[in-house]
Amino acid sequence: MSTATSTDLAPDVTAHKRTAGRTWLSIALGLTTAVWLVPIIAAVYTSLRPFNETAAKGYFSAPDTLNFDNYVTAWTQANLVQYFLNTLYITVPAVVITLFLSSMVAFGLSRYSLKFNVILLMLVTAGNLLPQQTLITPLFRMFLAIPLPEWLSDSGLMYDSYFGIAVIHIAFQMGFCTFVLSNYMKAISKDLTEAAVVDGASVWRQYWSVILPLTRPALAALGTLQFTWIYNDFFWARVLMASGDKRPITSALDSLQGLYFTDNNLIAAGSVLAAIPTLVIFIALQKQFIAGLTLGSSKG
Amino acid sequence: MAAALGAAAIPGLAACGDSSESAGDGAATGGATSASGGGDLGTVTLGSNYSDEVPREALADALSSFGGEVDVNTVDHNTFQEQINSYLQGRPDEVFAWFAGYRMRFFADQGLATPITGVWDEIGDQYTDGFKQASTGDDDEQYFVPFYYYPWGVFYRKSVFEENGWEVPTTADDFEALCQDAQGAGLVPIAFGDSDGWPAMGTFDYFNLRTNGYDFHVNLMAGEESWESDEVRDAFENWARFLPYHQEQALGRTWQDAAQTLVSGDAATYVLGMFVGQQFPDEERDDLDFFLFPEVNPEFGQDTIEAPIDGFMLSTGVENEEGAMALLAHLGSAEAQQAYLESDPNNVGANSDVDTSGYNALQTKAEELVSGSDHITQFLDRDTRPDFASTVMIPSLQSFIENPGDVASLQTEIEQQKTAIFDS
Amino acid sequence: MSSETTLTTAPRADFEDDPPPTRSRWSLLSGTDRAVVWSMVLLPLAVHVAFVWVPAMASVVLSFTDWNGISEIGWIGGQNYVDATTIYPLFWPAIAHNVIWLAVFFLVATPLGMFLAVLLDKEVAGTRFYQSAIYLPVVLSLAVIGYITQIFLAPEQGMINSALDLDIDWLGNSSINLWAVLVFASWRHAGYVMILYLAGLKGVDPVLKEAAQIDGATQSQTFFKVVFPVLRPINVVVLVITVIESLRAFDLVYVINGGINGLELLSVLITQNIIGEASRIGFGSALAVMLLVVSMIVIVPYLFITYRDMQEA
Repeated sequence: MSTATSTDLAPDVTAHKRTAGRTWLSIALGLTTAVWLVPIIAAVYTSLRPFNETAAKGYFSAPDTLNFDNYVTAWTQANLVQYFLNTLYITVPAVVITLFLSSMVAFGLSRYSLKFNVILLMLVTAGNLLPQQTLITPLFRMFLAIPLPEWLSDSGLMYDSYFGIAVIHIAFQMGFCTFVLSNYMKAISKDLTEAAVVDGASVWRQYWSVILPLTRPALAALGTLQFTWIYNDFFWARVLMASGDKRPITSALDSLQGLYFTDNNLIAAGSVLAAIPTLVIFIALQKQFIAGLTLGSSKG
Repeated sequence: MAAALGAAAIPGLAACGDSSESAGDGAATGGATSASGGGDLGTVTLGSNYSDEVPREALADALSSFGGEVDVNTVDHNTFQEQINSYLQGRPDEVFAWFAGYRMRFFADQGLATPITGVWDEIGDQYTDGFKQASTGDDDEQYFVPFYYYPWGVFYRKSVFEENGWEVPTTADDFEALCQDAQGAGLVPIAFGDSDGWPAMGTFDYFNLRTNGYDFHVNLMAGEESWESDEVRDAFENWARFLPYHQEQALGRTWQDAAQTLVSGDAATYVLGMFVGQQFPDEERDDLDFFLFPEVNPEFGQDTIEAPIDGFMLSTGVENEEGAMALLAHLGSAEAQQAYLESDPNNVGANSDVDTSGYNALQTKAEELVSGSDHITQFLDRDTRPDFASTVMIPSLQSFIENPGDVASLQTEIEQQKTAIFDS
Repeated sequence: MSSETTLTTAPRADFEDDPPPTRSRWSLLSGTDRAVVWSMVLLPLAVHVAFVWVPAMASVVLSFTDWNGISEIGWIGGQNYVDATTIYPLFWPAIAHNVIWLAVFFLVATPLGMFLAVLLDKEVAGTRFYQSAIYLPVVLSLAVIGYITQIFLAPEQGMINSALDLDIDWLGNSSINLWAVLVFASWRHAGYVMILYLAGLKGVDPVLKEAAQIDGATQSQTFFKVVFPVLRPINVVVLVITVIESLRAFDLVYVINGGINGLELLSVLITQNIIGEASRIGFGSALAVMLLVVSMIVIVPYLFITYRDMQEA
């Protein structure tokens, strides 16, 4: 309907103006994008040059040598594979479990009028917005005090374990996910669950087989976002992980600076490598990401 | 993997964490562990901050002749230092790398380290009294095995001094004349980079030591002298006199970048630790030399040298006590230190029996100057409470560098915070 | 349980004519189902409370002590708060820096992100590429961004000084380094706001915009009079994220110089006091509580507004 009316009423002038406008728009966006990419291109450019060259000529100079040596060195010497694996052990379970737990809470709070409904939702959302530093001391003590079985943690404690780092991410990120998911679920038509109720489906079945599949876009968006956040976090692992070889890549990268000699170009190469996974995930899920991230804005 | 490529010597990247043989990823960790037959000593865990490529491999060399197995957990030096408190209260390795001085005594006092008097019975006669003193806690027990030290001094290029016809200055006046000369020649008189905050501590220490002497330094660091005193004011004022000769914009420059100006011959001198040598290309290292910080107050002359000692301690989480003690004794032996210094000749061995015939010129000079000094200090952040050094002194010295005109109010600020921290 | 079972089956016959009113089916649930719902809500929440709120509250308690993390805990009342606000020279500068950070985000980075989202929402050719590029800084870890600031701002080798032949100490001069860092922080924040806002815009019914334009409204009128009000919920989200990100700002300055010399922020001071070798836990906790209180001043009204809207909806 809308298309029909607008073409009917839009005179040629407007159409013309609109085309001109779109050209300007493209130019503006193109320029912004170019400016936006300059720092990243600069980082990549530097990572392709040897340290001695930039030390002598400065970063803003024409290259004598461009090669992937820094990447090769970073990959082989910095033991990046191990750090990528560490990140994988922490990030993947953390994202999956955060989404799972948050979706349950969101389901309960958005589909039923429980007592303290709003208060619980506020509690969990507010918790997510607290600065990390405000929790860290007591958290550290708790992590030291909580024993874990050997198969979960080779340190025998929450402290210095993949499990512990994953748990704090889950507890912390649950707030944001619950908030988004409950908005999303509220917008899902009640008729759907009513139909399931009529079929005698249990609450769990309604959640698992009806609501959860419908929430998929939001889950995809949150998954992307959470993956980026947890992947890029360096605070928790820095404080709660003692073994150097169990740190995730982001914390490990931060410590690439040598005590007596720092090769920035090499760090650049390592950093670029470290950024690839989040980049790939974003580009792959970009469409779902935007679609799912409506945050319940105008649907509710 | 890292070991195989060790020749490429990129210290930065090898840094953190590729350690812990027991995790089974031996390929990635190369030489970090001594694989020698096991013996009766079993396995000892060692928490190490020797994270750069050169020291990491050198430590492995030092461990290779140990009669037991060592499981090394390497954490990058910054994080290691930052986390030491929680590390020692968490699940520490049995033996851990640390520093002499107040920093050692602090953890001994808190009961986070185990006395190793038995080890000292074994190695004590190979150390001078100064080292033993630096290894002793407030309860008169030893907690620390010295490994190596590195002096701080005024570094310069011999060729630059020759070209300009400069002599090594021994007094502040000579030094100032040299600085003026250097300025005239278009050189930076004193290279300076303090973006990390700690390099300025060395400069302050020297002005304070030369102005007020060793005892005052010790008492000031212990919180017993007032930062509002005339002595502290004089130390700052003497520094202020030299500040115009320091490289400008120091707060935005890392010490490595500052060192590059010495390497390139654009700076005449640089007040830093011996590790500055690592910034020099191998073939030019012979041109590097240093002298004692010049005399400011004739009463104290050049009687004190700042020479921080690094070494090892025993944590409270010890399971294999016999092995851990043996490892500490091993690390304290001339043999182990010599093995270390062969791969990392930027330090000087702490054990008196270390064979000095293999030392390079810089090491020899360092050994001479240190053994010829009446007093040895550790470094501001090793001679005082760590909370005071990091949260008060770093910002205060930086604010002095930016605004040397207002020493009085700076002194008051430091004293107020010192009182709050030392009284708690 | 049996009575509930009957109730759940009861509406079956007439559900088509008379669907139960929204969110009132609680009374229709069986006992098992109720237990399931409660556990679905309460078990995850227990994890959240245990690892987030319990430590946060414990921090409040610790702020009244002189604990150094090792020795006995001594109670010293509000002394830490007095010390922080009177004799800690970095405290007020840190507050000021947080406020500047907030102002720049609020006045520059956030509006810029919103503006970019509006442009991208027009879907000219290549939009996918543009939006990926602008979002890119958000994906990067701070190690990269901290490093990038070095490439650009280092005094001798840095791109800006050598390209423009300047001699400015971007990162070392404490009167300008905060602003230099804010350029990079805004670079990242604008991308973040852009993606959130773009998602919001995609949710706006196109009919609304069409209708406004038919009525002769200009582009900007359409946006401010029609679209912006509809986006109120997401405006609030963006606002809060802006405020919280300003209060939580930490990573970037910490990577650049550890947050000293003009780059002090409240979060950095807490970290320096609590985490480092220093371990002034009592004092650091007092700083943390002050940050907590400021955060709550922002968070609580926001939550009230949001959830009041939700209940009305």
